Amino acid sequence: MFVVATAALFVAMIFVMIRLYAGPTLYDRVVAVNSFGSQTVLLIGILGFLSGRPDFLDIALLYALINFVGTIAVLKFFRYRAIGDISQNPQSGGAAND
Amino acid sequence: MIDLVQEILGWVFILAGSAVVLIGGFGTWRLPDFWARLHGASITDSAGVILLITGMCFKAGLTLITVKLIIIGIFLFITGPTAGHAIANAAWVTGLRPTEGDGLQSDAADTPGGSDD
Repeated sequence: MFVVATAALFVAMIFVMIRLYAGPTLYDRVVAVNSFGSQTVLLIGILGFLSGRPDFLDIALLYALINFVGTIAVLKFFRYRAIGDISQNPQSGGAAND
Repeated sequence: MIDLVQEILGWVFILAGSAVVLIGGFGTWRLPDFWARLHGASITDSAGVILLITGMCFKAGLTLITVKLIIIGIFLFITGPTAGHAIANAAWVTGLRPTEGDGLQSDAADTPGGSDD
């Protein structure tokens, strides 16, 4: 039955990858990457149970952290064109020119 | 008896989660609009994660693996809707609007055979 869950996750990941390739706007691609990351976390857990050695859950937790931070970083970059400190001059919307 | 109930509940949750993840991925692929696609992706982030991790907790029993699974579940349950809200907020601020009206023809969709009567 874990094979069924693995196959469903693989097919869903292929669907999301098609949307990641063909997405018309940037935000479609961000949604696709975020959903792909969540499915990857679930796939790591399911694959651990499938191989009878579910010890990879620390990697899944780390991947969940990286996925969330990466999504927020990409959105912040395309909003402000800077990843670092933007609180100096929030109206200019860009990196401080110093 | 408890073992049998635990096995059956584990399989029911894992199969339901697999179906939900498949539906969410298909919706992310085929829905015609960005906002509809965001809805389809949020299904995976909320219902699919909860069902699959609950099923894996039932399969693992009372071990350290269940503790790790619960930590992953709580983290994904918090950050998934947060990321979805951040994406929706950024798209709305940028100027992306949902398509309204009778035809519901998105300008960039590639759906063949739309509903233009």
